Amino acid sequence: MRVLMFGWEFPPHISGGLGTACYGMTKGLAHNDVDVLFVMPSATGDEDQSDLRIINASDVESTEVSSNIDEFLGKVEFLRVESNIMPYVDPEDYSKLSSEEQSYQTESFKYHFKSKYKFSGKYGTNLMEEVVRYAMVGGTIAMQNQFDVIHAHDWLTYLAGIAAKRVSSKPLIVHVHSTEFDRSGENINTQVFDIEQMGMKEADKVITVSDWTRNIVINKYGIDPSKVVTVHNAVDFSTRKAMDIQKAVPEKVVTFLGRITFQKGPEYFIEAAYKVLQKTDNVRFVMAGSGDLLNRSIRRVAKLGIANKFHFTGFLRGDDVQKMFAHSDVYVMPSVSEPFGISPLEAMQSNVPTIISKQSGVAEVLKYAIKVDFWDIDALADAIYGLATYPAIAKVAGEKGYAEVNAIKWDNAAAKVKDVYQAVINLKK
Amino acid sequence: MATTKSICFYFQVHQPDRLRQYRFFDIGNNFVYYDEFTNKNIMRRIARKCYLPINALLLELIKSHRSKFKLAFSISGVAIEQFKQFAPEVLDSFKALASTGCVEFLAETYSHSLASIANENEFKLQVKDHSKLIESTFGMKPVTFRNTELIYSDQIGACVADMGYKTMLTEGAKHILGWKSPNFVYTNTINPKLKLLLKNSELSDDIAFRFSNKSWDGWPLTAEKYADWVESALEKDDTLNIFMDYETFGEHQPAESGIFDFLKALPDAILAKGISFDTPSQVAAKYQPVGPLHVQYPISWADEERDTSAWLGNELQNEAFSKLYSLDKKVKKIKDKDLLNVYRHLQESDHFYYMCTKFFSDGAVHSYFNPYDTPYEAFINYMNVLSDFELRVEARLKKSEKRNVQK
Repeated sequence: MRVLMFGWEFPPHISGGLGTACYGMTKGLAHNDVDVLFVMPSATGDEDQSDLRIINASDVESTEVSSNIDEFLGKVEFLRVESNIMPYVDPEDYSKLSSEEQSYQTESFKYHFKSKYKFSGKYGTNLMEEVVRYAMVGGTIAMQNQFDVIHAHDWLTYLAGIAAKRVSSKPLIVHVHSTEFDRSGENINTQVFDIEQMGMKEADKVITVSDWTRNIVINKYGIDPSKVVTVHNAVDFSTRKAMDIQKAVPEKVVTFLGRITFQKGPEYFIEAAYKVLQKTDNVRFVMAGSGDLLNRSIRRVAKLGIANKFHFTGFLRGDDVQKMFAHSDVYVMPSVSEPFGISPLEAMQSNVPTIISKQSGVAEVLKYAIKVDFWDIDALADAIYGLATYPAIAKVAGEKGYAEVNAIKWDNAAAKVKDVYQAVINLKK
Repeated sequence: MATTKSICFYFQVHQPDRLRQYRFFDIGNNFVYYDEFTNKNIMRRIARKCYLPINALLLELIKSHRSKFKLAFSISGVAIEQFKQFAPEVLDSFKALASTGCVEFLAETYSHSLASIANENEFKLQVKDHSKLIESTFGMKPVTFRNTELIYSDQIGACVADMGYKTMLTEGAKHILGWKSPNFVYTNTINPKLKLLLKNSELSDDIAFRFSNKSWDGWPLTAEKYADWVESALEKDDTLNIFMDYETFGEHQPAESGIFDFLKALPDAILAKGISFDTPSQVAAKYQPVGPLHVQYPISWADEERDTSAWLGNELQNEAFSKLYSLDKKVKKIKDKDLLNVYRHLQESDHFYYMCTKFFSDGAVHSYFNPYDTPYEAFINYMNVLSDFELRVEARLKKSEKRNVQK
């Protein structure tokens, strides 16, 4: 069985969880005897290709479709998207981008068929242009290759998936790692929503990373429930090195690690920290990461008068992430809406007792994490206080959690994905 | 015959101890707080561009005018520490100026701190320490007081009078003076024995901020033109107090602007008008105070507002400030010289200045010598250092308590 897979990023150059998930999944698929042709907008050549073949969309010329361009365009005429937007903005770049965007928007959008297009593969101001170009290239690649099924990850690649389906008549699966509602709350970007919904409607099956996300797909995008299947993500720890780190502060360290944005619920962490600090001195809080709510969070912490016990690290790179886990005694992920959420698994793999919000997909697969509603600051404070104060529960949570996450394998998740492939292939027959 | 009118020059000399990037991972792990490399480089640069050449020029002017050219310095204790560490020749050149007898050295807080607003006891200790340092370094005990960035209120003035100072310098803030002129001697409201000299902002800023500004209608400013302005300002008034950062010369106003030549020509131009150079204590002795000055809330020479909002204007600054001074009792209890020393250095007002969010009005001034990109980074870094310091204080406290129990 062969799958034509459209992704947006792939390790080592990733800016979010999507690339990591694609990497684990493709490895798992290889172990399940599935051939993967992985297309990404901008490959750099240092990707691990032991289990798949990577097609760099920047290397593909669209010229080859020009002989039957009318037919091609007829099949993919939905692709005309007028303006540019910036969903998924890397918070670090936010201010830089907003000024760039203004000048960019005035430029009208043009197609250049006879040349290669150098994709940035990032999430910048010309994202929408890249998405559409990627779709054109996707159609071209579909005409040049043999495969049984198409698999597209997140909305950035849905148009490419649809184009590939139109020119090849092979079944399409779209994989929902996150939705516009997770990223933006209720103030969604309707253009992104439209592409997401179009992808889900054109797809033969929709895979969601959790039941939490499956419900959103069914209720907010109006997709037929029988078409939507949940396959929970897994996590691959095989490349993780052991770290020998001595904690330097005497207090228990409670950590939040992630983008400091609306979706991740940083304010609930701060308010809970304040409550815990009213009861005990023996605890220190760390908010690691960067994002558009960082400065507001710093001001709130100062206003609450807890800044000598609440620290900010800024964006952590490379080994510092694992170092942060090694310094932690409690990990908290209070996400307001989290399709899955891989970071609690990483924390648990470092033996750190973990508290997660019920509004996260990962809550569906974990037994030994403490679960609270993201808005329930009292419950969150309670759980932090308990784990920081009573060694018995911290020990159990740490040990059981460790065993639990090590049993979550991509091979198993990939087997479920393969079942979905088989189902849509059979349906077509 | 009426006494000659006065002009009084006072220069502030201070350099902060900038912190290095101190991360969460360093807390409890690392006692090195300062960015010695940057501090040394900045000190060496200013020494080369300002302190050494201007001190030499001033010495020459004092000698050539046979004691008719006089001025005052306030040098913070931490600046003197930095001289000793990074530029001892600068300290020698200040000593040479001291030996002329034409330079008055003022008292201030040792670490250029905001202690006067936070803790009276700590404030007095710092002033004492600074006075001792000045006496041992320059051989004269200060009799005039100048608080950090000219911060002043009735309360602070009374406290300074308590310490035995006869004269204090502050800002001639418009919102305090109203119709009154800054060019007279005033007194403290609570203790009238303390005389107040007020900065004349207009004529001070002409040199400190506007000198090299080509779009300013006073440009180019010559010593003769300036002396004319001084003469007309003194027509009905007693004294002009010209206060500024010493780094104005050669650093804020670069040598190319002609500021050196201006300074060189200034004594002759002023003396030619029959106006005399006097030091702050001389001005205070020479003129009758015209009345008390009411200052209920602290004023300073900073920014448009002339208040303390440059250091304590937002929640970041207030939090860092209150957390720092909440350690006061503990630090004093330990009686450890090293920890007290760190405590003093963490009080430098500059740390709080870097956390200021008033970018738009006075951003240019705030970004000068500022090692941080944003006030948020300044706050995070400072709080990490302070947290480590707090851990050290707590650890020492526990140790000494144990020892007491064992006794």
